[in-house]
Amino acid sequence: MSVTQVTVFLENRSGRLAEIADLLGRSGVNIRGFSTTEAAEYGIVRLIVPEPERAREILHGEGFTTHLSQVICVAVPDAPGGLARVLDELAEQGVSVDYLYSISFQNICFAVHDVERAAELLKDKVTLLTDDDVKQL
Amino acid sequence: MRAPLSPPGKVTPDRKGGFYWQESRETLPTPELGKLQIERLRAMLSHARDNVPFYRKKLDEAGMTPESIGCHGDVADLPFTTKIDLRDHYPFGMFAVPRDELVRVHASSGTTGNPTTVGYVAADVDLWADLIARTLAAGGMQPGDMLQNAYGYGLFTGGLGLHNGCERLGATVLPISGGNTDRQLKLMRDFGVTAISCTPSYALYLAEAARDRGLRPDDLPIRVGYHGAEPWTNEMRLQIEAGLGIDALDIYGLSEMGGPGVSFECLCKAGMHVNEDHYLVEIIGTETLQPLPEGEIGELVFTTLTRRAQPLIRYRTRDLCSIIYEPCECGRTFARMTKPVGRSDDMLIIRGVNVFPSQIEEVLMTIPEVEPHYQIVVDRKGHLDMVEVWIEVGEDIFGETMGQLERFERAVQQRLYSVLNIQVKVKLKEPKTIARSEGKAVRVVDKRPK
Repeated sequence: MSVTQVTVFLENRSGRLAEIADLLGRSGVNIRGFSTTEAAEYGIVRLIVPEPERAREILHGEGFTTHLSQVICVAVPDAPGGLARVLDELAEQGVSVDYLYSISFQNICFAVHDVERAAELLKDKVTLLTDDDVKQL
Repeated sequence: MRAPLSPPGKVTPDRKGGFYWQESRETLPTPELGKLQIERLRAMLSHARDNVPFYRKKLDEAGMTPESIGCHGDVADLPFTTKIDLRDHYPFGMFAVPRDELVRVHASSGTTGNPTTVGYVAADVDLWADLIARTLAAGGMQPGDMLQNAYGYGLFTGGLGLHNGCERLGATVLPISGGNTDRQLKLMRDFGVTAISCTPSYALYLAEAARDRGLRPDDLPIRVGYHGAEPWTNEMRLQIEAGLGIDALDIYGLSEMGGPGVSFECLCKAGMHVNEDHYLVEIIGTETLQPLPEGEIGELVFTTLTRRAQPLIRYRTRDLCSIIYEPCECGRTFARMTKPVGRSDDMLIIRGVNVFPSQIEEVLMTIPEVEPHYQIVVDRKGHLDMVEVWIEVGEDIFGETMGQLERFERAVQQRLYSVLNIQVKVKLKEPKTIARSEGKAVRVVDKRPK
């Protein structure tokens, strides 16, 4: 009952993440979930996609270093304490979690250097959420 | 009676699966070899003194005549020749024959200012071919073999040098020159090529290209490679051998001495036999400039014994290595030089510590997950020298967590620290982002202000 995750190595160069998204988009691979983790010089991108082997082949063919691994995906009850219940269960049994990320693909949180500018650039093209919107989720 | 300059060649088996080309010379007992060297050295000195004003002046200043040389110990009293001397006498001032006696002129890739010129009379070209034939035969080539000569043809001595030597041996040469990897791999297989000559970095590149195209070492018909013109390590040898399925042999030469063919490895792969009947070899201290005892690392110095067009006395190569005089299992009596550990002029001084790029390469090549392409970047931040070693992240290193990458970085940094005694920053790069070489590899980028 696990899910196959595709991991990709990326140097921190602007545009690299967009290249991955473009490449998969052009190949008809729908990204269902992802997360990035970064160090000073490089980062890794984790992807949940419908056909992980094919996505890996595509990325590998373009020279990306990739890795496949198994992860647990949980449908967390949409109520206060929903996430805590799952984590408590694992913690009580001594299972430590290396990392976790959300894969519902409706709303994505970006960290950028200049938040104002990025918001300005995107505001007419997509729907941006505010703190108030988050209260309504 | 004078020994002939270069006796007729013929392949005869050596003791390690290779061949001699001129067995009587290659196995000449040491005392006779020594006598031959002294006799040739005297003749060369008088030729140089009579025909090169630079040497007449140098020898007079040193109070030396050909007759001053009674034994090998006297060589230390002869003056040195440096690259600067050659530059100062550009283009033809160091030649010992009239210009119209030259049948060929090569020139070294001068990176700054004037290149250095190398002249040959017909006898020099003829002799050179025999030295390369020795080189090729030592690796097991004989008539019937085909050599894919992927050294560049042109002013560089590698291409034409190997070409003429292969023909002299009576084997077939494929003068493909460098580059065009797909054609290299295609013709190699279509023609049933058995040997290749190219720089070691290009050999690695070919191995990688073959792997990318789904070719295994067994799919490639070559069985021996001759690699020189840039420094490389034993670890790199193992990678080339595994990647191409060959014996990878080191060959050494420099244009000032006429090109490749100065020294060569036999199949023992335990040092390069110096063609001592044509070159007198010494190792000197880099500071003292005095001859060093056997086994000590110092600057390699050559004196030509038989070149007519351009005799050179105690030419300082700047390459650092040591000499082994003990007999080799192959049966050759020629002394062996170790692989150069670096050049006295490419030694990096990092925060006061001497660092040779070859030391870094050696460490990297012992880590199986490290891809054979790397770059060393030196820069200065404030007053501090910083060294970065760029390596590519292959799938062997990469897992799903940052921790794995960080542990790998730290492990490589620690290994480098234990050898170099300086902190080096390892920088992980995406695959195929470090420049590949189709000629001489650029391994070091020094950005420090000069």
